[in-house]
Amino acid sequence: MTIPVFEPWNDPEAKPLIQFQNVTKRFGEFTAIDDLTLGIYEREFFALLGPSGCGKTTMMRMLAGFETPTDGKIYLSGQDIAPVPPNKRLVNMMFQSYALFPHLSIWDNIAFGLKRENKPKHDIEERVQEMLRLTRLEKFARRKPHQISGGQRQRVALARSLAKAPKLLLLDEPLGALDKKLRQDTQFELMDIQEKTGTTFVIVTHDQEEAMTVASRVAVMDNGKLVQVATPDRIYENPNSVYVADFIGDVNIIEGTAKPTGPDQYDIAWKEGAEPLNVKSQNSFSDGQTCHLAIRPEKVTISADKPADADNAVQGRVLDIAYLGNISTYHVELPTGAVIKAQTANTRRIARRAFNWEDPVWLSWTATAGVLLAE
Amino acid sequence: MMRRFVLIAIPYLWLLALFLVPFAIVFKIALSDAAIARPPYFPQFDWVEGIGAFLAELDFENFVWLTEDDLYWKAYLSSLRIAVISTFLTLLVGYPMAYGMVRAPEEWRPTLMMLVILPFWTSFLIRVYAWMGILSNEGLLNQFLIWTGLIDSPLTILNTNTAVYIGIVYTYLPFMILPIYSALERLDGSLIEAAEDLGCSRLQAFWLVTIPLSRAGIIAGCFLVFIPTLGEFVIPSLLGGSDTLMIGKVLWEEFFSNRDWPVASAVAVVLLLLLIVPIVLFQRNQQKQQEAEQ
Amino acid sequence: MNRLSWFNTVSLTLGFAFLYIPMVILIIFSFNESKLVTVWGGFSAKWYGELLQNESFLQAAWVTLKVAVLSSTLATVLGTMAAYVLVRGGRFLGRTLFSGMIYAPLVMPEVITGLSLLLLFIGIGLDRGVMTIVLAHTTFAMCYVSVVVSSRLITFDRSLEEAALDLGCSQAEAFRLVTLPIIAPAVISGWLLAFTLSLDDLVIASFTAGPSATTLPIKIFSAVRLGVSPEINALSTIMIGIVTVGVVTASLVTKRQMVRQRRDEQNAERS
Repeated sequence: MTIPVFEPWNDPEAKPLIQFQNVTKRFGEFTAIDDLTLGIYEREFFALLGPSGCGKTTMMRMLAGFETPTDGKIYLSGQDIAPVPPNKRLVNMMFQSYALFPHLSIWDNIAFGLKRENKPKHDIEERVQEMLRLTRLEKFARRKPHQISGGQRQRVALARSLAKAPKLLLLDEPLGALDKKLRQDTQFELMDIQEKTGTTFVIVTHDQEEAMTVASRVAVMDNGKLVQVATPDRIYENPNSVYVADFIGDVNIIEGTAKPTGPDQYDIAWKEGAEPLNVKSQNSFSDGQTCHLAIRPEKVTISADKPADADNAVQGRVLDIAYLGNISTYHVELPTGAVIKAQTANTRRIARRAFNWEDPVWLSWTATAGVLLAE
Repeated sequence: MMRRFVLIAIPYLWLLALFLVPFAIVFKIALSDAAIARPPYFPQFDWVEGIGAFLAELDFENFVWLTEDDLYWKAYLSSLRIAVISTFLTLLVGYPMAYGMVRAPEEWRPTLMMLVILPFWTSFLIRVYAWMGILSNEGLLNQFLIWTGLIDSPLTILNTNTAVYIGIVYTYLPFMILPIYSALERLDGSLIEAAEDLGCSRLQAFWLVTIPLSRAGIIAGCFLVFIPTLGEFVIPSLLGGSDTLMIGKVLWEEFFSNRDWPVASAVAVVLLLLLIVPIVLFQRNQQKQQEAEQ
Repeated sequence: MNRLSWFNTVSLTLGFAFLYIPMVILIIFSFNESKLVTVWGGFSAKWYGELLQNESFLQAAWVTLKVAVLSSTLATVLGTMAAYVLVRGGRFLGRTLFSGMIYAPLVMPEVITGLSLLLLFIGIGLDRGVMTIVLAHTTFAMCYVSVVVSSRLITFDRSLEEAALDLGCSQAEAFRLVTLPIIAPAVISGWLLAFTLSLDDLVIASFTAGPSATTLPIKIFSAVRLGVSPEINALSTIMIGIVTVGVVTASLVTKRQMVRQRRDEQNAERS
């Protein structure tokens, strides 16, 4: 039995919940968002990923209503939301600092948005209880924000923003203040809650691991522009630029010139006198075009002797070893001076490790292991 | 939008009406002549006669008078002198206190703070009055000094400038201590330690590091003492003598005793002009402070 | 950790002695049997009795209290508005003038403020009385309130207001339900400050009071001009007593709140 795959972006019939259309946002001289067009679909867990200053927070604030676009339009369910003030939108936000009202109890914090809607008291009580159960905070309902821990405050912020059952929930770096273990647990909790409630989540983060874990699609941004929008696996395996390849996870970049040698096949000249690298690529390159081969460390095999029939093999010396318990990353220096990272699982104990510093080794990978990029 | 306008308008209009307009009136009256009338100045604005006739009657006679009679410019100078000296004295007393407060153990600080604030909230008039009983010829200070044998006959302190200095320092001390304390509190202790580590003695570190870095507090404190002291009335009136010339007292007497409103107004205008420079400087300093903190 | 050098200890002791000895002497001599406030004649509380029977003083006290409550409340409202405008108002026409008008009264000599207001009242034909004092006090007190409240508003976390808007509040509701409760301590200290300033004011009240309205400071001033008097000592002691009770209570309450808050936070992290 096949599980239906959630891919509304590939469905030509589907209409996006949110549509950015040629949106530009300028703050005086500074352009935060530059002619951006993007569609986000219902029930997506969409991540805006990028370094500080790339514009992701500005996009979020425009969705929430705290900024308006300088140019272009933003549509929510087909309606232009620019004239709608933040308190009238069916959008709620979970703030980075949580912004819990310090003078109200947890219960009152969660009930706050519901009271604005003038709902009957009984309905409000029921809904708050539901939210408390969802975030496992029933015991803390009467406490004030300063009387609970950081992780609990984060859950209150989440419960409060979900209480009004918004169509769209914006999360501004929600896990930044949590320690690593708590962060991982909370990531899965978030995904759970998102699926259970069927809400569309848009998360802003600079942590690529986080984006890769939770998101159905990731938008990598740089300087106010979208660089690539795709599912996590495509972003990782098929980055469309060196920027994306480098931003997500660890990557080796080898620069060279391409020479087509067959359908989808190229020889990359990367060093004088060395054998050209053998690459299969769906992107087309012309003869002599400068290109970059991006290859992930885990796809590079490290061995003591030259492998018999590898598509690509280069020789080098172990410069450094980063031991991370479960894996080791070997930094291997090639004769050109370039350093390639190769990652293997530590299937044997450290004392019986095959390679050590200064050892001569061979690195090898297949023709399809890397991605060939123009820039 | 409308709401925002109303929000700005209400306090704005209030201040315009009750702060700015009065000053305009003072200025106008400074240009008028005294008259035996109620109110005792002439001309009074008459809608019938119109602005032209009104302006024709105004002149700078009063300002000229201010320069002619010795009393006034002597009073201005005297006020300046007293204000500068008292500010300096207050700084001398206030800084060590603020410094001591900062170096005191953490648990003491709220109490010390409370001890500084309490006089601040107590009636100013009462505190000045308290010194009357102490500084008079039969007062407690003289009694104490005679009893200890330090002097033979009572010192005349009350109704002299000395009493005024004591009074000013006493009343304005909290205004000097608080800004300096808050500047010192924000000072990073490790800077002093770094200075000592690099070879400064305690005193040098204090002079070269602490004082310059608490400059903002010192400046704020000095302004908060100097500017009001310049126009101070109560202290010279109660503690000063007939030879204590302060412009606040002069203004009061012109107004209440001599009933010469135009001259009183002229005195006020000149005082205001004298104060504009320090006031603007004070405001700039405050603004810079605020921006630095944001 | 006690890092007090001998110099610090001396300067603190002398300094606080300087601040407090005059007040202590005042209090002691309010219980003096003898009329001369410089010679001790024995312990007696008779001056308090005389004071409480002094009609004109009581009347003046009542007027002073009325004026203080009215003007401080009005000043708090206006001052909070002004603070909000200054901190959140952004740029608007005449902003420099506005901020100048807010800060200037803080350092303006009272004789000038008093004179100018009196001339205004006469100029527009407003009869001087209790109301004119209230107007005068409100005007200079609102500036103090504005300074206190604006310094709190500047450090106020704006994301709390944004969260309120996000959850459905209008701007006014957000201010009423979120901002105001949180800055309430600053607003209250503003009120207290305005109240004290009004209670204590001599110069401005002298200029702007009418014949029917005498405030306590005016009465005290005319009395002490003639010399020291034990009734005034008694009055002073009462006033000092009230202020002391107020300040000490406020200090203790704040301290207890801080301790409790810290304890709560520590417990929270542990659970």
